[in-house]
Amino acid sequence: MGEPQLCDISVSGRQGISFPQPDVPLADLPESFLRDDLPLPELTELDVIRHYTRLSQLNYSIDTGFYPLGSCTMKYNPKINEETARYPGFAFTHPLQPIETVQGNLALMYSLQEWLKEIGGFAGITLQPAAGAQGELTGVLIIRAYHRARNDTRRIKILIPDSAHGTNPATSAMSGLNVVELKSDPRGNVDLDALKQECDDTLAGLMLTNPNTLGLFDEHVEQVIDLVHGAGGLVYGDGANLNALLGVVRPGDLGFDVMHFNLHKTFSTPHGGGGPGSGPVGVAAHLVDFLPSPVVTIIEEGDEDMPPLYGFIDPPKSIGRMKSFYGHFGMFVRTYTYISMLGPEGLRKIAEHSVLNANYLLALIKGTYHLPYDRLCMHEFVVEGQWADAPDIHALDIAKRLMDYKFHPPTNYFPLIVHEALMIEPTETESKETLDTFAEALIKIADEARHNPGLLKEAPHSTPVGRLDEVRAAKQLVLCCDVGALDKD
Amino acid sequence: MFIPHTDADRTAMLKTIGIDKLENLFIDVPARYRFPALNLPPALTEMEASAELQTIAQVNESVHELACFLGAGVYNHYVPAAVDAMIRRGEFLTAYTPYQPELSQGTLQAIFEYQSNIAALTGMEVCNASHYDGATAVAEAVNMAHANFRGKRLKIILSPGLHPQYRQTARTYAEGSEIVFLGDDLRADLQAGPEQLIPLIDQDTALVIVQYPDFFGRVYDYTKVAEAAHAMGALLAVSVNPIALGLLKPPGFMDADIVTGEGQPLGIPLSFGGPYLGLFATKKEYVRKMAGRLAGETVDNRGQRAYVLTLTAREQHIRREKATSNICTNQGLMALASTVYLSLLGKNGLRQVAELCFHKAHYAAQAISALHGYFLWSATPFFDEFVIQTPKPVSEINDVLLDHDILGGYDLSHDYPSLDRHMLIAVTEMNTREDIDQLVEVLTEVSDG
Repeated sequence: MGEPQLCDISVSGRQGISFPQPDVPLADLPESFLRDDLPLPELTELDVIRHYTRLSQLNYSIDTGFYPLGSCTMKYNPKINEETARYPGFAFTHPLQPIETVQGNLALMYSLQEWLKEIGGFAGITLQPAAGAQGELTGVLIIRAYHRARNDTRRIKILIPDSAHGTNPATSAMSGLNVVELKSDPRGNVDLDALKQECDDTLAGLMLTNPNTLGLFDEHVEQVIDLVHGAGGLVYGDGANLNALLGVVRPGDLGFDVMHFNLHKTFSTPHGGGGPGSGPVGVAAHLVDFLPSPVVTIIEEGDEDMPPLYGFIDPPKSIGRMKSFYGHFGMFVRTYTYISMLGPEGLRKIAEHSVLNANYLLALIKGTYHLPYDRLCMHEFVVEGQWADAPDIHALDIAKRLMDYKFHPPTNYFPLIVHEALMIEPTETESKETLDTFAEALIKIADEARHNPGLLKEAPHSTPVGRLDEVRAAKQLVLCCDVGALDKD
Repeated sequence: MFIPHTDADRTAMLKTIGIDKLENLFIDVPARYRFPALNLPPALTEMEASAELQTIAQVNESVHELACFLGAGVYNHYVPAAVDAMIRRGEFLTAYTPYQPELSQGTLQAIFEYQSNIAALTGMEVCNASHYDGATAVAEAVNMAHANFRGKRLKIILSPGLHPQYRQTARTYAEGSEIVFLGDDLRADLQAGPEQLIPLIDQDTALVIVQYPDFFGRVYDYTKVAEAAHAMGALLAVSVNPIALGLLKPPGFMDADIVTGEGQPLGIPLSFGGPYLGLFATKKEYVRKMAGRLAGETVDNRGQRAYVLTLTAREQHIRREKATSNICTNQGLMALASTVYLSLLGKNGLRQVAELCFHKAHYAAQAISALHGYFLWSATPFFDEFVIQTPKPVSEINDVLLDHDILGGYDLSHDYPSLDRHMLIAVTEMNTREDIDQLVEVLTEVSDG
């Protein structure tokens, strides 16, 4: 094995695409600014296609198999979404065109804002944030701005449960707030006594993922929200796990003041090997004025003969701009297409079947893997990847061994509050047969752990590469090809 | 849609779980809010959705129908067919972040090659796996410089020639800190070069940020700004248009400490503002201060060369509130697109595109500035974008241009009150001589009319 690096296959003088000769007189190049070397590889189109096709074949993906990564919602990404996002009217419009020439784009964004408001139970939406983490930053900056607008500047504390994603505390720190970790109770809920102790007049808010990263819907969610509101704080909802709630409950109805959506999880836009994501943020009525600029709105009402005129406005107390332009428009087209094809009943079916699949899989394996919080789960669940009678086997070994059974492993070592965690999210697009086969593999691996632990310790055996020397990667720190290799002729 | 379950499956699965109906899975959800009726349009089939989206898309006028002279940070360049063919492969498209390297060597090696190409292009030693766009890459540079001085240096100097949206974004990101921005207020002389920033640099300065070519298209050598920043112990960040670096000396050769940029011109469609690609490169000495993911080369337990995400201890999933940034998902697929683009063009192809942009822009600038009432605003060298002082308000001129199927330049009065009647015109390899001549002709009519 070993696909060569681009630098290794470069041959001086090759080019993968050519461009027309200049059709205008040549101007004088600014000699003092010209670079004399540009160490980029030189390849033919066929070289490039073969290289990246072969690289792609080294990847595992949703299109090639079951990918039950907890909290990542690796559902099937419909192909029609890839088509619609490439319609020339969408893909070839410049973000600074006059609004009269992009009314289709603005109408689509306006409708999507309305739909997300309806799905989440919110009064306003910004589509701008680029990903979940940026949605969080947007939401937390809105919370901060809200308190400051009321001259309530003492509120600098933000509460984050110990089961939260790492982005929650990282975001809060970026926003200049002090993070206080809240412990979970024995049933995996927010510990109400711990919460009460922190509810004082320095409380800016609480960041709550619900269902949480244990896959559990907080049994006291209304009490939790009431306590925070009672102390003058606001509640941020991390929408990473919204797949379980579509058409089941609207977070805004529960009292969440602000929440981000992950279009790349819940609404099937592809993960792309690490992005692009898209993280729109919904807010309750008292926060609409703080949304980032700009927001799409109707600037002239339509009538029977004329459609409305859509345009942009800057909310009066806006926190400002989070990124260039209006967000990841290409992801909005995909999401719009997806919601169009589901309708209200289809959305509810997604939540129901994602929760059905998770509980079914849990029922199949819970006699074999220890379940720290034994409740009905939502769209995902967390079990322990270790046994008393096979103490040398860790969650990591189970994850690696699953690869030999042609499955992508679950998220492991997260959430941090579960010992040797394996966090499993099957999603609604997987069939009973797939879940049965996956459960069989997990049960077989549990048996191997006792009788042939070496198989797990040395796994994976069937992947293009084996376990990697991560210490060497960090110590030697080779982050680029050796461009010296390009000098050959 | 998209759910495989038959009635028999559902019945069997519920029985295994030990409940009798689907609704009972949701007993933890407060009953009074359970199963709201959502007011959304009824479901469409794929055939119907495809037609509806086509109808919406056709309401727009795209740069396929309009001759585009609009840039201002994102540009209409040709995207080779092979780029989309590669990023549409399901194995890249539907994979997650490569946390399991044994199953992600394709994505990891592609990131490694992306890092290599961008480091080479910018003249820097290391590059991360991407930020969201050119604006947030600047905001992350501020974040990094602030952390580099452990929060003890609070001044960030912004060139007024840095993209207005990048400056706005950096300010939003810094809202919760004590960082102070200066250099780009209304007193700034827009005609002046970057030397005007030098007197502002002092020992409380963490970072100076400039753009190359700047927002007005001008090309400056920032070597002296780098020297002045370093003399005060501060850092220099340069935000770039990567196509320009096919022709021009990269900021790494000017001793810049950080190079950021908007990667959209490298094979990514305009797509009404995103998704794009945030470039971020730095010197090796700052690699641990840099946010974002990094792919590193190593070996596996079979002795093979392989790749893995490295220095992850900087990141949010390990460091939580002490992380260098909250970034998690980035622009993986767009980084792949740019890598395929640069691989296809190679050093000669990129130089060719850059020269085409340069020559066509200079042809256009010369023709327009020869017209009655139009003046080239700056005599500084430029790359593929330039400012023209116009005889009438830019919005009026653009209305007339649009009637002739021309997408005119950017109206600078939106961001710079002193630049009323100033248009920023971008020309790329996509503009034919006929397009440019037509633009010149309509501008003549506007001036005479």
